[in-house]
Amino acid sequence: MTMKFKSVIALLFIVGAYAPVAYAENLAVEVAELRALLMETRRDYEDRISDLETRLASAEQLASGAKRDASEAFEIAEQTAIDQSSSTSAANTFNPALGAVLSGRYGSVDEAWEEIPGFQPAGEIGTGESGFALGEAEINLKANVDDRFFGNLTFAIADEEGEVEVELEEAWLQTAGLPAGITVTGGRLFSATGYINGFHRHTDDFADRPLPYQAFFGGQYVVDGLQARWIAPTPLLFELGAELNWGSGFPAAGEADSSPGAYTLFAKLGGDVGVSHSWQLGISWLSADALERGDTATFSGDSELAVADFVWKWAPHGNSVQRNLKLQGEYFSRSESGVFDGLVYDGDQTGWYLQGVWQFTPRWRLGLRHDVVDADNGPLLVGTQLEDPGRSSSRDSLMLDWSPSEFSRLRLQYTNDQVLADTGQQWLLQYIMSLGAHGAHAF
Amino acid sequence: MKSVATLILLIVTPVSASAIDIFACEPEWGSLATELAGDKANVTVATTAFQDPHRLQAKPSLIAAIRRANMVICTGADLEIGWLPLLLRRAGNSSIQAGNPGHFMAADYVRKLEVPKIIDRSQGDIHPQGNPHVHLDPRNIRRIGIALGDRLREIDPANAAYYDSRLADFQSRWNESIDVWEQNSADLAGIRLASNHRSFSYFAAWLDLNIVATLEPKPGIPASGAQLATLLEQLSSNPPAAVIRTPYANERPSKWLSTQLKIPEVKLPYTIGGADNVSDLFALFEESIAILRELAQ
Repeated sequence: MTMKFKSVIALLFIVGAYAPVAYAENLAVEVAELRALLMETRRDYEDRISDLETRLASAEQLASGAKRDASEAFEIAEQTAIDQSSSTSAANTFNPALGAVLSGRYGSVDEAWEEIPGFQPAGEIGTGESGFALGEAEINLKANVDDRFFGNLTFAIADEEGEVEVELEEAWLQTAGLPAGITVTGGRLFSATGYINGFHRHTDDFADRPLPYQAFFGGQYVVDGLQARWIAPTPLLFELGAELNWGSGFPAAGEADSSPGAYTLFAKLGGDVGVSHSWQLGISWLSADALERGDTATFSGDSELAVADFVWKWAPHGNSVQRNLKLQGEYFSRSESGVFDGLVYDGDQTGWYLQGVWQFTPRWRLGLRHDVVDADNGPLLVGTQLEDPGRSSSRDSLMLDWSPSEFSRLRLQYTNDQVLADTGQQWLLQYIMSLGAHGAHAF
Repeated sequence: MKSVATLILLIVTPVSASAIDIFACEPEWGSLATELAGDKANVTVATTAFQDPHRLQAKPSLIAAIRRANMVICTGADLEIGWLPLLLRRAGNSSIQAGNPGHFMAADYVRKLEVPKIIDRSQGDIHPQGNPHVHLDPRNIRRIGIALGDRLREIDPANAAYYDSRLADFQSRWNESIDVWEQNSADLAGIRLASNHRSFSYFAAWLDLNIVATLEPKPGIPASGAQLATLLEQLSSNPPAAVIRTPYANERPSKWLSTQLKIPEVKLPYTIGGADNVSDLFALFEESIAILRELAQ
């Protein structure tokens, strides 16, 4: 490049030196030559610049390619790590979630009872006996059946006076893929009547069920049939549901028939107040046909029950781990009419309970409960099981429980029992342990 | 009867057909969803920074919210094992069930730390898939953001271009921020800390912080007095710079240990809303780093 530049300068110099002599004849030729030389020089420069530009572009491309390669390599390494951290498949990968609950208690009971005066006994009710009693060992299996159904099986193994009995507590299938807030459950299930009926007993806050549950449901109302629920698309929870029961779970009883022996309608409303408060209200209606219900004396007729329930929970900032308070109550009103023990019977019974449970420090809870049932069976049934006791049956219970983890609980409960005419005192020490699959934190 | 039918119709009719309803289990995913979906989504967040995400209940307001959701964004890795499966079963909502596009578990898209070798409850409330508190590594947020962008496009193809541009914008701002945070926190590497729960493992792994002790002897199991005393003895010869905890954790064990060791007790925001000025993911990392830098000085 410098060579050409110098030659141009030299040429200009020569042209300048001979100018006076050859000015006239050579001027036109020399201008043309100079112009040609300049053009050539300019082309040369342009070629070199464009060559440099191409090299720069390709270098830039290479550099960005290297950057991309590096980030791709990083992605591949990261993906491999993710893939490797996922578990491998095996024949037992699809095993259902398996959980077991072990419970038992030591009791000191005076004035033990197995029947509530004025009520027909059913199910597993009463104070139990003094001494150690092994509770039911409950085993639960649950899993998605496929993309449309979810299945749940719970059975309880109990020792009934030396004989081991297996009881089918729950065996239901539930739709998982229905839209529009609809869920249908079928099989054997805990009814959604009332508030705590839907819960397993081991999740209760007291060692035994409240008196209205014992009197009206024999502890728990179980449906053999269908349940349909619909949740409204509203900010508050508004839920409607119905159940058809072909089974003979108390208060229903009788032969299997093409039409269900009992049906339930229920509605629930719930929401939050701020972040610290949550609440739910419920009303339920249970209508049951009874055919020869009972062991010694039997009842045949209609049973109509209405239940209203509420629960309110408070925790600072909605964080229930440190401290929380739970207040709940339910009111039962039942009307039965038909024939009892060969006599015309038309009676009304009511019951309610109110309880509060306070977790005052992590792992420790204190609870207080008052429960009452009252029968107004009329004067015709004197001398029978349903003879009007003329007084209500009630209890007051105080409990303290300690949960070292989410999976274990030890409970001490004291009850002042006025179910019978004579007041009784009960002390219960109870353990509840959950093994296996993580339990659900239901509200 | 006619008025009841009208009422039901009014209730059933969706409020807004244009926006998708997103149910986010934790505030960090609510914030990420807002970054990527903007005004095309109504986001409901199930928990606050002051609630332990392990221990929530399937309360009525959440059942009502998840029933209306087009999409659920949660951590997964068993963090919500106690309440999310129950909510999903109660929802009567097919689009958010597992296996559908509306079911998005953030922890599925990142590498989990602290995957336990022994899966047994004697080890505490462990998570077999590993530590679920994945959001405190911003590189995880980047990965999850890309996956979430894909998912939003799938759910709402009509607005795909909108989600693409929001994702690109978020990623460029996020990558720039990561660079800034990494530069700003270079002097934090190796800082020794004690933590209440293993909530900050990903944050520590990212910034190379050294968490020398966890107050909980086992995940989810609070320390007893004797265990705290042992920990105090172990740490007293070479105390860490501070005891850190989440806003929802019990402050008493952290306060006790910090008083005994004469070191600060620090509440890190942990998630959106964990401190007054932490209103989005960017502020979460800025504030967390600022708090630690103050300690380091």
